[in-house]
Amino acid sequence: MSDHKTMNLILHVWRQNGQNVPGKLETYEAKNVSPDQSFLEMLDEVNEDLIKAGKDPIAFDHDCREGICGMCSQVINGVPHGGQERTTVCQLHMRTFKDGDSIYIEPWRAMAFPLHKDLIVDRTALDRIIQSGGYTSCHTGGVADGNALLIPKDVADYAMDAAECIGCGACVAACPNGSAMLFTSAKVAQLAVLPQGKAEAAQRVCAMTEALQENGFGNCSNHYECQAACPKGINVKFIAKLNREYQKALFK
Amino acid sequence: MILDGKCPTGPIEKTWDKHRFDMKLVNPANKRKYKILVVGTGLAGGAAAASLGELGYNVEAFCYQDSARRAHSIAAQGGINAAKNYPNDGDSIYRLFYDTIKGGDFRAREADVWRLAQVSNNIIDQCVAQGVPFARDYAGYLDNRSFGGAQVSRTFYARGQTGQQLLLGAYSAISRQIKAGSVKLFPRTEMLDLIVVDGEAKGITVRDLITGEIRCHVGDAVVLCTGGYVNVFYLSTNAMGCSVTATWRAHRKGAFFANPCYTQIHPTCIPQHGEHQSKLTLMSESLRNDGRCWAPKKAGDNRPANQIPEEERDYYLERKYPSFGNLAPRDIASRAAKEQCDDGRGVGPGGRGVYLDFAASIKRLGESTIRERYGNLFEMYEKITDENAYKQPMRIYPAPHYSMGGLWVDYNCESNVPGLFVLGEANFSVHGANRLGASALMQGLADGYFVIPYTIANYLAKTTPGKVKADNPEIKKSKETVEAEMKKLLSINGKRTVSDFHRSLGKIMWENVGMARSEQSCKEALKEIPALREEFWKNVKVSGSGAELNQQLENAWRVADFLEFAELLTRDALHRNESCGGHFRVEHQMPDGEAKRDDENYCYAAAWEFKGVGSEPELHKEPLKFENVHLAVRSYK
Repeated sequence: MSDHKTMNLILHVWRQNGQNVPGKLETYEAKNVSPDQSFLEMLDEVNEDLIKAGKDPIAFDHDCREGICGMCSQVINGVPHGGQERTTVCQLHMRTFKDGDSIYIEPWRAMAFPLHKDLIVDRTALDRIIQSGGYTSCHTGGVADGNALLIPKDVADYAMDAAECIGCGACVAACPNGSAMLFTSAKVAQLAVLPQGKAEAAQRVCAMTEALQENGFGNCSNHYECQAACPKGINVKFIAKLNREYQKALFK
Repeated sequence: MILDGKCPTGPIEKTWDKHRFDMKLVNPANKRKYKILVVGTGLAGGAAAASLGELGYNVEAFCYQDSARRAHSIAAQGGINAAKNYPNDGDSIYRLFYDTIKGGDFRAREADVWRLAQVSNNIIDQCVAQGVPFARDYAGYLDNRSFGGAQVSRTFYARGQTGQQLLLGAYSAISRQIKAGSVKLFPRTEMLDLIVVDGEAKGITVRDLITGEIRCHVGDAVVLCTGGYVNVFYLSTNAMGCSVTATWRAHRKGAFFANPCYTQIHPTCIPQHGEHQSKLTLMSESLRNDGRCWAPKKAGDNRPANQIPEEERDYYLERKYPSFGNLAPRDIASRAAKEQCDDGRGVGPGGRGVYLDFAASIKRLGESTIRERYGNLFEMYEKITDENAYKQPMRIYPAPHYSMGGLWVDYNCESNVPGLFVLGEANFSVHGANRLGASALMQGLADGYFVIPYTIANYLAKTTPGKVKADNPEIKKSKETVEAEMKKLLSINGKRTVSDFHRSLGKIMWENVGMARSEQSCKEALKEIPALREEFWKNVKVSGSGAELNQQLENAWRVADFLEFAELLTRDALHRNESCGGHFRVEHQMPDGEAKRDDENYCYAAAWEFKGVGSEPELHKEPLKFENVHLAVRSYK
């Protein structure tokens, strides 16, 4: 446990009431913040004060608050999720800040993510990428026994490394091109390496790559900002895997 | 009224097969004429929407999150049970059935539990086919671990993120149906009323959380998969948005609420650290495979853990339950932890904590093996507490985690309101008074993939598709009621915030109707809850308007419903004058402090009928018959 000395902080928070009206940074004070509080609990307190003062509280997405649902999404001091390694905003704790710090809080900024309000953006474009082919076409029932397919540990581990993606969109927010390549490649790689997904691998990689373009995401030009921002540490090697799968599909 | 669960009769191992044959079918060409509304996209809802879409029904699915992939099933860590018996350690469908009945302290329906155990094996196969990367051994076979309440290893897992991987499997299946056009998804949409026409569920009224629009969706059947209600305690392991609203609204429209007092307090959560805390975080039960629970033998011993010698430690679970040891079921492990702390032997701030120690396992297996098994959990623990659990034991304390109670349903998962089906945690059916670890994922997927696709046809085949038209007066009435409520909430403009009320309610519930309950504490809560509710409707402050994204309003609605529901939960706890599973009445305990059931008087499911806010609800009983597992005192010694 950290010692219980509280701190006072200055917050600069992006406020914007919808995609089509201008937004700006507003300044707020966060007082008596405990180092053991999470970043979102600190914002909760600021909001309680705003509500009591009759002001509009800051709108932000959050739900599980244990780093797995992928709902929370804030750019903190210019870095999606705040720059702690493998950490979502909800798991970011105030002990990583100092008394007197100024903190800049902004939404995910990407062409594919229109803004709803303040820090809340529309990420349904990521769902549409999965809908384009991020699955195996198996019906409920009528499948083989789970042990009928042998999947050696290294293959299962590789698939699991890719499958850890929580779909938060930090990779898109971090990318100078607003590309969702890391997100897409993680799903492509997971299913391409498993025997269950091999049958549809070629059509999947083509459909999902096309969906990337259709939904307003930029191209990947190997900046690797995505991997640095990813709260689950998804590796850019999956992008290489996607590119390889794509080439294989073109020559099929 | 004596309720009938409509379970099939005959030998239990034949019940589901026989029932499947006896039920009516809808022919393939007719399926698309029926519209089914599925609320919630967790394991139960996601699996149901996908499977019903595959069959050709016209499905509309709703969730309050921005994507179907984010429901709170995603946070389940440890695993999913199935009776595969891959390890050859003596498991069978019968044993999973038996363990679940016993684990639930003999308060669940036998036939439902049998079906769950029977289809558990199909679930694993289905998830593998979807590409769920379950843990495998070097030869490629599926791996298993152990969970509480079982002496076999039947739990399948994907690192510490099993719920996430299973949910992403269901999400991929629903995504495929969205592309195929059979499922239409409405994210960021919250259900606020059930539309009942001529006694049957035919639609829902929802609020679009982005535009604020209140609108009605009409269908031929409604399937609620909206999870549990332990956020009534304010601090719990549930997601912030989890609420009782959907099921409570259905209850207000006539659906019976069964066993609301059966709540699960999970033994291994990170202890509370301060007043401003917004939620509690679970540390998976799987940790008890390799972690040992202990507290200092001496009260008030505040030496650091590593300075307390072995002989001055009390490994209380191993001492009290030598055959199950650290893998005793959750209700028992939670009460044992509370007992240590009540005796003044708790550790950490406020003495509300016990140790979960991995030192022995690290010594035996090496740190790398422990890291491989639970690395993400240790990482999460360190982020929250700033402590390294490889070097010092974790501190844990029980926290509200799951609700075994829920809307009453019959064997078909259909409530007493025809056309209203309830799946997963939202119903009351299989876990009795205590759920075993790794069984929630199993139930959600069983209901969604393998039960509702069959049982809903039996209802639909008896109805005319599209019978209720958009101009039905019930629809207009429902919309007007919801709009009036919204107007009311926004007009109060009092002094206290919504969270402030929620925190007060949580305090009342945790102190009086939490891990230990008594006649006196329940009566105390029944005085305090209505008073708080009254104050809420006079003094809550919800600013902004209804015609926009307004998170305060969303929460106000949820807390308003909790304030009504809390009273029902407490009434149920007061009425059930026995201890069983997670429901512990201090008046009823064995000499050694174990829960003491009263089978003579309470061997039934208590289903409550709504009679108005603040009015005494009417109790209906469904007697429970145990023909295959004999009623006995539960022992894990």
